[in-house]
Amino acid sequence: MIEAAPRRRGAALFQPDHHMRGIFGIPTAALFGQLVLGLVNGCFYAMLSLGLSIIFGMLNIINFAHGAMYMMGAVFTWIALAQFGIGYWWSLLLVPLVIGIFGIIIERTLLRPLYKLDNLYGLLLTFGLALVIEGLFRYRYGVSGLPYSIPESFQGALNLGFMFLPKYRAWVVVASLLVCISTWLVIERTPIGAYLRAGTENSQLVQAFGINVPAMITITYGVGVGLAGLAGVLAAPATQISPLMGSNLIIVVFAVVVIGGMSSILGSIVTGLGLGLIEGMTKVFYSQASDTVVFFIMAVVLLVRPAGLFGKER
Amino acid sequence: MKLRWIGLGALLVLGLIAPFFVYPVFLMKALCFALFACAFNLLLGYTGLLSFGHAAFFGTAGYVTGYAVKVLGVSPGLGILAGTLSAVVLGFIFGNLVIRRQGIYFAMITLALAQLMYFVFLESSFTGGEDGIQGIPRGRLLWVINLEDDRKLYYVVFAIFLFGFLLIRRTIHSPFGQVLKAIRENEPRALSLGYDVNKYKTLAFILSAGLAGLAGSTKAIVFTFVTLTDADWHTSGDVVLMTLLGGMGTVFGPIVGAFSIVTLQNQLADKVGSFVTVIMGGMFIVCVLVFRRGIIGELGALYHRVIGDRQF
Repeated sequence: MIEAAPRRRGAALFQPDHHMRGIFGIPTAALFGQLVLGLVNGCFYAMLSLGLSIIFGMLNIINFAHGAMYMMGAVFTWIALAQFGIGYWWSLLLVPLVIGIFGIIIERTLLRPLYKLDNLYGLLLTFGLALVIEGLFRYRYGVSGLPYSIPESFQGALNLGFMFLPKYRAWVVVASLLVCISTWLVIERTPIGAYLRAGTENSQLVQAFGINVPAMITITYGVGVGLAGLAGVLAAPATQISPLMGSNLIIVVFAVVVIGGMSSILGSIVTGLGLGLIEGMTKVFYSQASDTVVFFIMAVVLLVRPAGLFGKER
Repeated sequence: MKLRWIGLGALLVLGLIAPFFVYPVFLMKALCFALFACAFNLLLGYTGLLSFGHAAFFGTAGYVTGYAVKVLGVSPGLGILAGTLSAVVLGFIFGNLVIRRQGIYFAMITLALAQLMYFVFLESSFTGGEDGIQGIPRGRLLWVINLEDDRKLYYVVFAIFLFGFLLIRRTIHSPFGQVLKAIRENEPRALSLGYDVNKYKTLAFILSAGLAGLAGSTKAIVFTFVTLTDADWHTSGDVVLMTLLGGMGTVFGPIVGAFSIVTLQNQLADKVGSFVTVIMGGMFIVCVLVFRRGIIGELGALYHRVIGDRQF
């Protein structure tokens, strides 16, 4: 999760303006600043829960390693710059590809034997995988944050009149919304997406039509995990890169998925963004609860609408 | 039938003589985790429900016991009772929430609710935040048994463990346990036979939570401290691995698994440090891919093949 970031070189963060009139005694600049932070967090929730939903739809597996993949995305971005001199823009393209290929290898070697078993085993295996990945990176890079500066073109902030909007945060929101919407379009409006949706409903029937379902499953996992990697690259300049950054996030994303339900792509995007915003608001008005608010909302949703906001009971 | 009693007898004898050969504190730690794993196995192994948040009960009970004994000054026996009760209450609340969603969501919801408890403990003042509750006095049980003596405490812990273990064993072999197994094998069918499946699941959840709490409370007295680690999701993961490794759905499996993992962690902690997470993760992967029956499960299968006694 992204905390109110420590001040970075060249990055003008929102500055509370004490002359400005506030809402409920809270300076507007700080309020909007937190809202933007919440929105940025919400974008990550949306991207990760989107990947989780796609993978679950096709593989019937809850990918516990999703947080670890996100972390790998961020750490690889750092490695690319620190050791190979590969900048942010190339990382944005290459790292998700690398993570995707890694995912494909994982699917072919480890997940494939599990499809005929209870889907608990998929969760257990990916949990083990998450421990291995996190442990290895922790062993190699420790737990302290690795620094990654914001790319040149996104340094500084935009003056919107009522607040300063750090350019990089604006970029994260725009980029992840673009990614989410195009993923949604691909799934809902293209032939490939139609195959995918059909495969989610009844993979045997789709296979009977001559579509290579095993390959589709592999690619789905690769793409889902690649999305997590992409989220990791986007997060790299905005947060502390650390081997532990994925595991706490993934638990919140699980709660997001429970709240939204996994059957609707648009639902998981909206839920992710909304919960990010609510979390940001909580940070302003009652900061002690900001870590727990998503889980509380999950409990309330379970009481009121057990299938989830966008889910259908099955 | 016979084998079951032989196993129980061996457990009893081993438990009684063990402290003369092995460091009692290590044994007590392993026994607490064994009880924890047995309680967890009641859900995963016999009801088919994967809870990824059992550390919440373990940790909550530990905190309540620690607070009651250290700050309120109650006796350790009452403290353990209070801790266990708190886990039962929490199990009741969580159980009623989690039962509202089907299938794989169970794991995610329990994990999220446990993380909620983790953050509550992190923020609350009574838990001591990052420091936890330190220096819980062991005191005396029923005014006579001095628990400061490791060996006396060991026998108390062993008795608590036996109580929990026999309760679980009794539950498994009772008509109630048979219904749980029916739910595990085929839930729609159990439902169509007229069993109130959700009620059975919730009851199993509460029982499992309470016994996990008993383990957590006992651990708090043994180690005289409770920290956030007890409520952390890694602890939830550990207990899953113990059950998986020992053999889920077997009576003795979780005990074997707990002793193996605690031994491994003790041995490896000073040699490889944080690399131990990698080894645990690797064991998860190996268990899921090729060793799904676990140690006791494999032994049982071997016994079947060689001797063919169907009563095992």
